[in-house]
Amino acid sequence: MSKISLKNLSHSYLKSQVNKEDWALRNINIDWNDGGAYALLGPSGCGKTTLLNIISGLIDPTEGQILFNEEDVTNKNPVERNIAQIFQFPVIYDTMTVFDNLAFPLKNRGISEQEIKNKVEEIAEMLELTSTLHNRASGLTADGKQKISLGRGLVRSDVNVIMFDEPLTVIDPHLKWILRSKLKELHQKINRTMIYVTHDQTEALTFADQVVVMHEAEIVQIGTPVELFEKPRHTFVGHFIGSPGMNILPCKIDNGTISLNGNKLETKIDIKNNSFSKTEVGIRPEFIEFNESGLPVKIIKVSNTGRHKIIDTVSESGKIKVIAKSSTNIPTGSAYLNFKKDYTYVYGDNWIIE
Amino acid sequence: MNKTVNQKAWLFVIPVFVLVAFNAIIPLMTVVNYAFQETFGNNVFMWEGTRWFKQILLSDRFHAALGRQILFTLIILFIQIPLGIFIALTMPKEGIGVSVCLVLMSMPLLIPWNVVGAMWNIFALPDIGFLGHSLNALGFDYNFTQQSGDAWFTTVLMDVWHWTSLVVLLSYAGLRSIQPAYYQAAEIDGASRWSVFRHIELPKMKKVLTIAILLRFMDSFMIYTEPFVLTGGGPGNATAFLSIDLVKMALGQFDLGPAAAMSLIYFFIVLTVCWVFYNLMMKNEGQS
Repeated sequence: MSKISLKNLSHSYLKSQVNKEDWALRNINIDWNDGGAYALLGPSGCGKTTLLNIISGLIDPTEGQILFNEEDVTNKNPVERNIAQIFQFPVIYDTMTVFDNLAFPLKNRGISEQEIKNKVEEIAEMLELTSTLHNRASGLTADGKQKISLGRGLVRSDVNVIMFDEPLTVIDPHLKWILRSKLKELHQKINRTMIYVTHDQTEALTFADQVVVMHEAEIVQIGTPVELFEKPRHTFVGHFIGSPGMNILPCKIDNGTISLNGNKLETKIDIKNNSFSKTEVGIRPEFIEFNESGLPVKIIKVSNTGRHKIIDTVSESGKIKVIAKSSTNIPTGSAYLNFKKDYTYVYGDNWIIE
Repeated sequence: MNKTVNQKAWLFVIPVFVLVAFNAIIPLMTVVNYAFQETFGNNVFMWEGTRWFKQILLSDRFHAALGRQILFTLIILFIQIPLGIFIALTMPKEGIGVSVCLVLMSMPLLIPWNVVGAMWNIFALPDIGFLGHSLNALGFDYNFTQQSGDAWFTTVLMDVWHWTSLVVLLSYAGLRSIQPAYYQAAEIDGASRWSVFRHIELPKMKKVLTIAILLRFMDSFMIYTEPFVLTGGGPGNATAFLSIDLVKMALGQFDLGPAAAMSLIYFFIVLTVCWVFYNLMMKNEGQS
């Protein structure tokens, strides 16, 4: 229903902020387009839930603005913002039936009985809750309860955004797949903005069109799953996404020449002067090949996952992981590695240099 | 898995058994003994069957005491439970205020019961007590030693002062254990303050409230020390609750047989009410 913009948003749970670490969120600027499926990905404690609670209005930000369709809603409460949020643990009203649970957000907004009945039945159908609709909600299993939580978020058709805060934590793995694809299906059906918070990259990459990666209170990259994989803009994105993650190796930059411990490296990057305190080369294991010449390494371990082989090697600059097809013959002992030029990036103080 | 049979394990139960025997079983059996017999001392007993039970169950004196007891318990439950919940809801949730409130709330619970009675006796004296004197100065004709209404008012007020804290502390513990997500979800669902209380807080407090009601029922139904020190059961028999009446009968008149029968009936009432109440409250718990 609307575009959500966060402008120069910062938040701290402390009364006064001295260090960088005192902030739970630092200078967040982002636009969530109407109807998008977003994932908010990051490790525990990076500020994902804080960001979500600020969008929903449960927390007032220390600094910055929240705009819904260019209208400032920073000081409005969750009801006025008209949003839906689903929490990590199932939140149900124990004393009510499943039907009353689903109808609760509608009843509180004074919607007519008939309309409530139609809407609740539609949602129950979608979530396969019809058979238990008139049972007491407290008797359901954990995933049944979480479905009710989801249902309460979906039952209002006019919400600006539906936010999920790691909603599948308590669900069994096989049901996780089912519910996640259900959510994806729902998104296509009702076409509402959805923000899905998770620390699980598989969940984020399968659910979202756009993934927002957070690290230490900041947004480090926003992009499609392919962009995050092929061109991480921050070393954190490199090793957080992908399994195994990106190889990050310390490098030297001299007069535009990039070298790993004396071995000159070919990249697309044209860099003259180096003003960074730390420079690193990043290359994904998928984009490294064995060759007759190149970076000399020793092979430590080869693990076969069935689909491909993961080879642990060590060079003078540090450990390097390589992914090769299962059919590849892996040399033993010493070998030489070639990095694909198009996928070799250089990072200055953790941020990509272009 | 096979459990090993070792009858020697019973030896470990002996200390507890001896302890329980001396502080519960033997005294109780003595009471049972008195309840069915008549004695004039010298350890001479005559069998009386159910005579004392019939006498007690049919006596107006017992009916009156039981009536006063039920009325007193109902009044204090209807005051203390809602008041306790209300205070728990308004208590601070974080910061220094939490400890201050908890300490203040615990204070009345730490005072010995006869001290509470003595404190309130002096506090309520119509001529020199702060409460009694103030009420009279404000134009109320207040004298708890002579007017039964005033005696009831003072006894109830004393019990509320002494025991509401227990309900507060239990309710507060129940409230603190509710996950913040429940309140956040309710806020997003647009729930009113009353709905939050009715559909989140009250159901989540159900277990602690069951305990609170049970404890307050038992304690108030068996109340003795405080009214004994405060009013001594008077004026007349106005505040002679069951236990006060029982002591009068057993130690004042030395009617050991009827007193023993009354003790057993008294015990049976408390046990039955607790059992019925607990089962009613916990009826639906098996599902979740």
